[in-house]
Amino acid sequence: MSLMTNSSPHAHRPLGVADVMQRVLLATLPGVLVLTWFFGPGTLVNILFGGALALLFEALALKARRRDPWQTLNDYSALVTATLLCIALPPYSPWWLIAVGIACAVLLGKQVFGGLGYNPFNPAMVGYVVLLISFPVQMSSWQAPRGLAEVPGLLDALEALFLPAHYDGATAATALDLWRQNKGMMFEDMARTAPEFGRWGGRAWEWVNIAFLVGGLWLLKQRLFTWHAPGAMLLTLAVCALLGFDGGSSTGGGSMTFHLLSGATMFGAFFIVTDPVSSAVSTRGRLLFGALIGLLVYLIRVFGNYPDAVAFAVLILNFAAPLIDQYTQPRVYGSQKEDDA
Amino acid sequence: MLSNDPLLAALLALLSLGIIFGALLGFASVRFRAEGNPLAEQVNGILPQTQCGQCGYPGCRPYAEAIVDGDAINKCPPGGEDTIQALADLLDVEPLPLDAEHGVEKEKLVAYIREAECIGCTKCIQACPVDAILGAAKLMHTVIADECTGCDLCVEPCPVDCIDMIPRHSGIAHWHWQLPSKTTGIIASDRAAA
Amino acid sequence: MRVIHDIPGGIHPPERKALSRPGQLRELPLPNRLVLPMRQHIGAPASPIVKEGDRVLGGQCIAEATTSMSVAVHAPTSGTIVRIGAHPIAHASGLDDLCIELETDGSDQWLSHSGVTDYRAQSPETLMAHIQQAGTAGLGGAGFPTAVKLLARERGPIETLIINGTECEPYITADDTLMQCEASAIIEGAQILAYIVGAANIVIAVEDNKPDALAAMTAAAGADIEVATFPTKYPSGGEKQLITILTGKEVPRGGIPADIGIVCQNPGTAVAVRDAIVHGKPLTHRVITLTGEALTSPGNVRAPLGTPVETLMEFAGFQPPMHPRVIHGGPMMGFALASLAAPVIKTTNCLLAPTPDELPLPQPAQACIRCGLCAEACPASLLPQQLYWYAQAKDQQQLEKHHLFDCIECGACAWVCPSNIPLVQYYRASKAYVVDARQEKQRSENAMHRFEARQSRVAHEAQEREAKRAERKAAAAAKAAASGEDPVQAAIARAAARKAAQAETADEPGDPS
Repeated sequence: MSLMTNSSPHAHRPLGVADVMQRVLLATLPGVLVLTWFFGPGTLVNILFGGALALLFEALALKARRRDPWQTLNDYSALVTATLLCIALPPYSPWWLIAVGIACAVLLGKQVFGGLGYNPFNPAMVGYVVLLISFPVQMSSWQAPRGLAEVPGLLDALEALFLPAHYDGATAATALDLWRQNKGMMFEDMARTAPEFGRWGGRAWEWVNIAFLVGGLWLLKQRLFTWHAPGAMLLTLAVCALLGFDGGSSTGGGSMTFHLLSGATMFGAFFIVTDPVSSAVSTRGRLLFGALIGLLVYLIRVFGNYPDAVAFAVLILNFAAPLIDQYTQPRVYGSQKEDDA
Repeated sequence: MLSNDPLLAALLALLSLGIIFGALLGFASVRFRAEGNPLAEQVNGILPQTQCGQCGYPGCRPYAEAIVDGDAINKCPPGGEDTIQALADLLDVEPLPLDAEHGVEKEKLVAYIREAECIGCTKCIQACPVDAILGAAKLMHTVIADECTGCDLCVEPCPVDCIDMIPRHSGIAHWHWQLPSKTTGIIASDRAAA
Repeated sequence: MRVIHDIPGGIHPPERKALSRPGQLRELPLPNRLVLPMRQHIGAPASPIVKEGDRVLGGQCIAEATTSMSVAVHAPTSGTIVRIGAHPIAHASGLDDLCIELETDGSDQWLSHSGVTDYRAQSPETLMAHIQQAGTAGLGGAGFPTAVKLLARERGPIETLIINGTECEPYITADDTLMQCEASAIIEGAQILAYIVGAANIVIAVEDNKPDALAAMTAAAGADIEVATFPTKYPSGGEKQLITILTGKEVPRGGIPADIGIVCQNPGTAVAVRDAIVHGKPLTHRVITLTGEALTSPGNVRAPLGTPVETLMEFAGFQPPMHPRVIHGGPMMGFALASLAAPVIKTTNCLLAPTPDELPLPQPAQACIRCGLCAEACPASLLPQQLYWYAQAKDQQQLEKHHLFDCIECGACAWVCPSNIPLVQYYRASKAYVVDARQEKQRSENAMHRFEARQSRVAHEAQEREAKRAERKAAAAAKAAASGEDPVQAAIARAAARKAAQAETADEPGDPS
């Protein structure tokens, strides 16, 4: 009888890469639904279009690398990259913006390094930053949320995507934009009076952040990642905001709730910072990684040129992750302290 | 004068800096001179010391010195991939594949003398670079297996061709797991049936 | 009440213990043929002391220990030695090894044997000699020669003897069954072991998924032997992990439990020690779990060592599925057998025959997504991910820096890996590679010294020859100067004179020229 021989262990937990990715996609659902409620179907359309493009680009890249496309596409990682990027992009963006972004994310951010698991940078953030720097106008024209303008419909979304020259949407600044450009108004007054502000953070954006927080907490409960990186990021951001809040002057930092519930904070914390491929390896390393991202987000928001900073902060820390790994090895059983060779 | 003539000032500044640093370097090269050729020592430490001559040099140290002078690092078959990689790391150069002109990487071998045919001529003893062959004129010769590096320099001089090169490691005591191949997977027929 | 500590990492795979009905022990009917390998333990193989054709009795020593780190082999029953040669054995390599094949005669005649009446009257050294002669090795799965392990007492005072009844691997219930059926034998063995190492405390460790075993051991233990229980987690049964759970202490890196005053033994080993000391009976049988859904009647069986696996498979009603696999050991650390002709040995605690539905065949490995689940699962707090990358790169320095040799190869990391990477195989291969590389380094340094010694010897000899020649030349020159004549001319004159003398004698009659 010919017996199968393979190395131990012979039992395996029934959780694969595709399962992990599928759950991540599921967790983005609350946030996407809230985005759709406030801004219309733009994000959904973007995600579908971007997802299809991502699969196409990845398949082409795999063909060029002479790998079997099916096995790799089945791990859902391209779809996750596309989803995360399209959530970050303004809804009703033209098709070419999405195409360039997805191409950069999938090809430059991932495939060029060897595919999933080999990329040193977060692919979605690579695509986002390339677009932000190359097309600043398109990247800062956000649809005005429900309450400030009429919410566009599905046809409008398709028109914006494929016939961008025809589309004429109503854009508005986000709360972060407003705060960044604020010249003289006290923060408290601004928060109370400006229509772009909601109850705690940016109008509509506070709900989006809360929805992503819900999704993230569900992923945490599923034990797909540990609390260290997102927890450290949020805590550090909150502490920095608390320390930097000088009572709401016109030149000070924003309040703690403002920072936590505006822009891409929650989305970044639970979906970008937790990307395991480009972050630090050990739990202590992840604490440091998350904390530094939180710090950088605050600093760039307050002192930097861009309204939102999550993408830049993440990319900078991706650079630093190998160094963090070098110095945060856990203490091995039986040794007195770390690095006891 | 110098403040009126910036060109002259700049020239003088650079010249004096050059003289100061040149003097410092000259002093350092004499005061802190290292004996011998430390880099060649390090390279020699990486080479496997079989002294077989397959690299074209009469031993490992001459090859080490040649490498320091710029020779290619991929000429040593007994050292194999691992040695080339270690040399590349040490010298900060690109690792190259083993130069097939000098031989191929084989499994580790030791020499074995078929004693029934040995005539006691001592030619192999003289050839062995590490004195791993025990014997004397007109007396039995035998290879001390633990000291033999497998360089096979003894095989040619033997006039009765009684020396074999046999694998050093064999059997269950030396078996170990190999790294998983990158292309493991169920073959198509298994996937269909399973 | 003992304080129970937690170990980092660990996993909770499905236990599947009930499948093999722990607590019911069957005796295997005597097989026709037994194959006894020389290598059933860690260390040097034993060496046969019988010849083909010899008749042996049960309990007779048929192979002796070759070094101090070796263990003897005894015949489990009476019969004739039919062959001594290579035979497939239970080894991950699938290679053959030297075995003694015994054809049983069915009469099960035994060599008479008797133990010591009161072990406390003997010195520990005498008892250890008995244990060594009885061929005792650790029965937990690793097979460390017991007498050598007990030498630990010389490293320092031993305070605690732990009987490791954890059996944390899924499916295996051999120790569970032994604890339920022979609790008092285990206790007696434990007391003997404690006397030998000089331990004041004995602790019987039983995981909380074995309530019957726990009850049996508690009942047999009495007042001065502690029976400790703790929550089930894999791999709590690893020696180092168990020590941390029970005492909170850690075995220092590169050290052994004896360094902190602890000795661990398997319950089966305790029974073997009792048999050796009290009855003088060598190690010839052991309890083996036969389990897996491909068997129609799984269970625990006491079988003679050397029983071919196929005999046991038949006994348990093996129905080979489409892709048959028989695993020697448990699903986490056992290895798949290459041949069913291989015999069971001292380290065989389980034979697992799963169906592909039960334990699916390994899926192709995908790229590592650096999720870190492996590091969370590692009980030794290593970074399996980094070890994986460095193993692929064969980066010896980084592998050592990341403590490759502290890996206990439990398989928890590979169990959780979403990309199905066979991590443990990488680590095993890397350990062999690093050990090899260190040996090669040692050899090449050695060769360099010999080469340089030879160079200097050759140079020295050449120098001596030169010196001698110079000496002779100087001597000749001195002689010439003393006699006042040109040595060259003198030599020519001598040669001419000799030639003339030869020519004269050549003219004598009788010369053919």
